[in-house]
Amino acid sequence: MIDTILASIEPISTLTLGHYLLTSAVLFVIGLVGFLTRRNLIIMFLCTELMFQGAGIALIAFGRFHLDISGQVFVIFILTVAAAEAALALGLVVLLYRRKETLDAEAWSELKD
Amino acid sequence: MLESLTQSGLLPMALAHAPAPGTGAEALPAAAAYPLASAIEGMAWAGWILWLPAISLILCGLCAALRIHNKLPAWITVAFIGGGFFVTLALYLNYTEPVTIELFRWFDLQWGEGESARHFIASFSLYVDKLTLLWMLFVTGLSALIALYASEYMEADLKGGYARFFAGVSVFVFAMSCLVMGDNLLMLYLGWEGVGFASYWLIGYYYHKPSAVEAAKKAFIVNRIGDLGLALGLYLTWHYFGTVEYVTPEGTGIFDQIRAGVNADGEAGGWQIKAIPFLFMLGAFGKSAQIPLYVWLPDAMEGPTPVSALIHAATMVTAGVYLLARMFPLMEALHPLALPTVAWIGGLTALLAATIGMAQYDIKRIFAYSTVSQLGYMFLGIGLLTTFGGAYHVFTHAFFKAVLFLTAGAVMHGFAGQIDLRKVSGLARMPGWRIVSYTMLYACLCLVGFPFISSGFYSKDTIMAQAFISHGPGYTALGVIAVLTALLTVYYTFRVWFRVCAGPVRYEMGDEHHGDEDDEHGGHAHDKPHAPRFAINFTLLVITAGAIASIWLYLNGWGKEMIAGSTAAPGAPGAPGTGHGAHAAHGEAHGGFWSDPHTWMPWVASITTLVGIAIAWYFHLANRRAAERLKQAMLANPVARWLPLAMENKWYVDELYHAFIRFPLWVIGHACYFIDRYLVDLVVIDGIGRFPRWMGRLFQPLQNGVLQSYAGWMMFFLGAIALVVQYAPQIRAFIEQWFGGQGG
Repeated sequence: MIDTILASIEPISTLTLGHYLLTSAVLFVIGLVGFLTRRNLIIMFLCTELMFQGAGIALIAFGRFHLDISGQVFVIFILTVAAAEAALALGLVVLLYRRKETLDAEAWSELKD
Repeated sequence: MLESLTQSGLLPMALAHAPAPGTGAEALPAAAAYPLASAIEGMAWAGWILWLPAISLILCGLCAALRIHNKLPAWITVAFIGGGFFVTLALYLNYTEPVTIELFRWFDLQWGEGESARHFIASFSLYVDKLTLLWMLFVTGLSALIALYASEYMEADLKGGYARFFAGVSVFVFAMSCLVMGDNLLMLYLGWEGVGFASYWLIGYYYHKPSAVEAAKKAFIVNRIGDLGLALGLYLTWHYFGTVEYVTPEGTGIFDQIRAGVNADGEAGGWQIKAIPFLFMLGAFGKSAQIPLYVWLPDAMEGPTPVSALIHAATMVTAGVYLLARMFPLMEALHPLALPTVAWIGGLTALLAATIGMAQYDIKRIFAYSTVSQLGYMFLGIGLLTTFGGAYHVFTHAFFKAVLFLTAGAVMHGFAGQIDLRKVSGLARMPGWRIVSYTMLYACLCLVGFPFISSGFYSKDTIMAQAFISHGPGYTALGVIAVLTALLTVYYTFRVWFRVCAGPVRYEMGDEHHGDEDDEHGGHAHDKPHAPRFAINFTLLVITAGAIASIWLYLNGWGKEMIAGSTAAPGAPGAPGTGHGAHAAHGEAHGGFWSDPHTWMPWVASITTLVGIAIAWYFHLANRRAAERLKQAMLANPVARWLPLAMENKWYVDELYHAFIRFPLWVIGHACYFIDRYLVDLVVIDGIGRFPRWMGRLFQPLQNGVLQSYAGWMMFFLGAIALVVQYAPQIRAFIEQWFGGQGG
């Protein structure tokens, strides 16, 4: 199936913008689906990281496509922020786990009130 | 002032070229029917007539504030108002010619320049002529006596509103003095509103009684309609005459201009200047309880009885007659139909009120309707050009109506509020009630105009005879109405006296408790009447003596001279367009007995009176059950039953007012209420508040606590925004296609 999609985007060129964008979209959708279907806080967090990287690949691809370095610069910044945020988020997850002795996100649905 | 009038076309050009206003006196016609006012220095002491009641008001207020629970406020009021009477008397004795006495400058406004310069001058000044004196003598004298009477009548309220009551009386007298003595329309208006306020104060004296509060409101609101007329008339007078002063030493006052020939025929005058007399009339009809504004007066009974006496005799209702008598030159000069309207309204009111009075059982109510009826006679007199008859009837009426109300009050006071004429009988035979009974008898004789020995006979006959002398629309019919009304008056008046004072001794106590049960006055048992004491008896005797004296004052020509020497004398202003030609026709006729109404009217009136007394004697003394049988027979008769019903129910006038004025107003009021409540409040105001809440409720289910659904919705709306951004041009084209292409 992927072959047919690749063929429909760019039949001649070997590695084009379309491929990169497709990769980024696939990463993003995998992350999204994972986020929506799983309830384990750590898995959900990993899925958000996947979506992040999908967006990062799209940025780099566009930057390269337009021969503009700022796309890559931007992604490096994003990665830095994401690393800091990952440390923070994992810390939070640990705290949440200590409170309820579970990693199920459903356990915190009372926060809606 | 003269310049502005010339420009408005009111003043004849000849007069406009006369000497300047400062020397205007020479320019006026030589035949001065009444002398101009002269300003006299050093007569400011006359101001004490006004200041004394004002000081009394302040002192009574102090008594109320200091919670003085004795009769001090009453003595203060009697002393100060009585002092006012003696100042009036001194003024009368010193009187030589009409004077203007300036107390202080009040309004002195000027604006505009050159041609458009206008000024408004209204000093706090007194204009004293004989009409003023006639009025002030009985206003201050009777008010002082009524206050004396009230000192005893109101004693049950010593711990309550005693001081408040006498403060109200002082306001009343102060306002009435302003009204009568003011030298300009603005002061008259001040007093006019003042008596309206004082009547509200005193009618609503028992403010815990809902009926009294309603009566006070009714009096105030009905009077307000009349006051509107007076206010508009005042404005128009200032606009067209350039002044509100009656007479000025410089000759620029309203009456000076009328005498100089100003009338409504000038082109610039138009209908507005012609409306002035009718607007004043509206004010007078409101204050003096004439059709269609008389309905407040009978309800004013809710106040304490001395207040009724004050309103009916001395202060309130005579103000309307005074206004027309004072404004008589205007009434005569500005519209030919003004005085006939006054005459007809007066005549019809007299008849209507008399028929209602015949069928009432409440003594005070009967006397109230008789006041309305007698006021009708006064207006009839003024309309028929006998201001003397009208004004002198006010004078005589003031005395005997005061006596009637005060005797009714004595009965009410002594019988614990009993005021139904069927429930008290034989008063003259009860110990201690003789003075009340016989002063009441004399007052009744005056009211009906008993031949020769009563004051009402002379003043009423003057009016009735004039109806057959003056030429005007339907004046002869008015004369017949007046005589018929006189017959009805006799019947209802003596119905009261024969029922209450004559006959077998029999009584039923009322259910009213004076004051609190535990106060010292409440100690007397309420199953036994208590006869009036000194203050009430003394007052009754003095006022009755005044009523007798007013016969003598008629016979020696004093009354006639008081009016003839004032601006109210008919024809005195020499204004063109008087129209009636009243006294011209009179005087030529000196043929037989029937040719001069002044000759035969006393006989007709005497016979009417005697017939009326005989009828009342038969139905209400000799054979009391016959009256009830006659009423039952009429009620049983399907053709005649409307008459007693209509009379007892006051011709359903209150119901008519309810149906045609109060009910529509009620409907409009409630419609406005519903619009406000449901359209403005509910839809607009509440809607603004509720819209965000509705929106919130619409999206509330999204917040379900499930993290995945938050993420899903986030993606959904992100996708939606992305789509909108992507397809923006198409969406825009679509909107332009459907909602017009403003965007371009």
